[in-house]
Amino acid sequence: MDVPEAAVVEARKGLRLGPFSWPLRWRPLVLVVGGLVLLALAMAVNIGRGDFPLTIGQVLDVLLGGGRTSHRFIVLDLRLPRSLTAVLVGAALALAGAIFQAVARNPLASPDILGVTWGASVGAVSVITFGGVLTGPVAEVGIPVAALAGGLFFGVLVYALAWRKGIEGFRMVLVGVGVAAIAGNLTQYLLTAGDVNDAARAMVWITGSLNGRGWEHVVPVGAALVVLMPVAFVCAHVLGALQFGDDTVRGLGVRLNPARSVLLLVGIALASVATAAAGPIAFVALAAPQIASRVAATATPPLLGSSVVGGLLVVVSDLVARTAFGGFEMPVGVITAVLGAPYLMYLLVRGRREARV
Amino acid sequence: MTVRLQAAGLTVGYGDRMVVDGLDLDIIGGTVTAVIGPNGCGKSTLLRALGRLLPARGGSVLLDGKKIDGIPTREVAKVLGMLPQTPQAPEGLTVADLVARGRQPHQAWYRQWSSDDEAAVAEALRLTGMDELAERTVDELSGGQRQRAWISMALAQGTSLLLLDEPTTYLDLAHQIDVLDLVQRLHGEMGRTVVMVLHDLNLAARYAEHLVAMKGGRIVVQGEPGEVLTEEMLLEVFGLEARVVADPVSGTPLVVPIGHRHRV
Repeated sequence: MDVPEAAVVEARKGLRLGPFSWPLRWRPLVLVVGGLVLLALAMAVNIGRGDFPLTIGQVLDVLLGGGRTSHRFIVLDLRLPRSLTAVLVGAALALAGAIFQAVARNPLASPDILGVTWGASVGAVSVITFGGVLTGPVAEVGIPVAALAGGLFFGVLVYALAWRKGIEGFRMVLVGVGVAAIAGNLTQYLLTAGDVNDAARAMVWITGSLNGRGWEHVVPVGAALVVLMPVAFVCAHVLGALQFGDDTVRGLGVRLNPARSVLLLVGIALASVATAAAGPIAFVALAAPQIASRVAATATPPLLGSSVVGGLLVVVSDLVARTAFGGFEMPVGVITAVLGAPYLMYLLVRGRREARV
Repeated sequence: MTVRLQAAGLTVGYGDRMVVDGLDLDIIGGTVTAVIGPNGCGKSTLLRALGRLLPARGGSVLLDGKKIDGIPTREVAKVLGMLPQTPQAPEGLTVADLVARGRQPHQAWYRQWSSDDEAAVAEALRLTGMDELAERTVDELSGGQRQRAWISMALAQGTSLLLLDEPTTYLDLAHQIDVLDLVQRLHGEMGRTVVMVLHDLNLAARYAEHLVAMKGGRIVVQGEPGEVLTEEMLLEVFGLEARVVADPVSGTPLVVPIGHRHRV
């Protein structure tokens, strides 16, 4: 029976180098490479478009170190940091979403639905509405720091409340939905209690906006990704095993609760940092991992692929938000919500159909 | 005659309820043992405790003479494979990916698909006849194929000890025989030690050389099928009146229940 055996080996080749080895899969690889090419293209277009349009050639000139002084200012100081923030925030949210969905074994689990991004909103909105006493740089730094603290606090709260001798996916989703509702209501209360002008400013933040994002926003998200992405990738192998029933996972020699805890904390941190930089941009964490897993034809959302798709989603949404409505600039979160809400409904309808079969 | 797996005064329970109570059992290397008993007698609980999925409340489980909860779980997973009763796979997972997952204890983040992994998975797929279905997704398989896929995963794990919790549940008779023939082959040709929970007493008598009959969390009787599967045992353990005759095919005991109503 040589034929089927050969077919099996054909289907799963390995990429091997000394003690290192990975399964070689084409579709996830194509997703990452193709996604990065599209991402570069979308960024170049996004940087070029605006009140002062630049061609892709002019943008590339500047990025390669040349170009006129005015072009350099527009690209390097104004538009590049904004696009980079979009990519990094999208990647961080998508990576967090991929981790949450895999650990909870539920495509509905994402930092938005489990209360992490709403928790970040509570933090940010309290500073916006009641932080009037803070001025200057303290006020600037105050919003992201408060958002980070809020996200981490509510994320860990969900985690702690869902813990019963271990973390179980379905219970985490239920607890998360409850905590998200509480955080959402707290945010609403803060908006009502605060000054009207502050409330308007807070509303823009809550929608998720990349307006006026500069290098000071790129650096923290970038740093967080540099630290947390490798952690996530080292854990990715265990993440694949977590897809199975608890007995199977433990039978495979995986220490279930430590593995889940580390991964969830990484996800909470990623989502909080991203939300601190650009507000709770909706649906990216939910949709990007699912899109990536469909394109790559994998049962678990691929981590790298999800990050690329997340970055791409936010950059394209930002491009639409900036340029599709004439002189009026939409917050990017409006666009992702308009795209994402039908997708969420599709997931729910599809889920119900499968439950019936 | 080495004891591979041993329960010594083992007590296991959920909450306040003790399901297995001070139980002693030796699993001899290279044998097939079947655990039988009525529903709720603690068979599956015993198996899960033997596979360190449930902690011992009292007594201990020894793997090759060492306390199992003192051995890193990953090291246990290289020696002892476990097939749970109704295993769950994520939607869209292919058979090849499922079986490859059995290599988890031999892998690390930087070593996820060595040539050993590739060879073990190809071998496991071939042994169970799943190689031709390797690229199908698990959810499109029939019950019998699915069970073979999961057994294939346990085989890829490359353990000398296998614990199977009702490997024939939900299968029609022909597929039950398929699966048990495979178990017999693993034992006969590859010298694996198998402990399985089985509901079908006749198949247990035919495929296992050692039967363990449990009731109320304790072992009532154990030994060769001929010694264990008696009319007295059936009455005591299952509360079932039955005749035991010789299986016309294998000569092992065959249970014919009497019951109270008959069509003829």
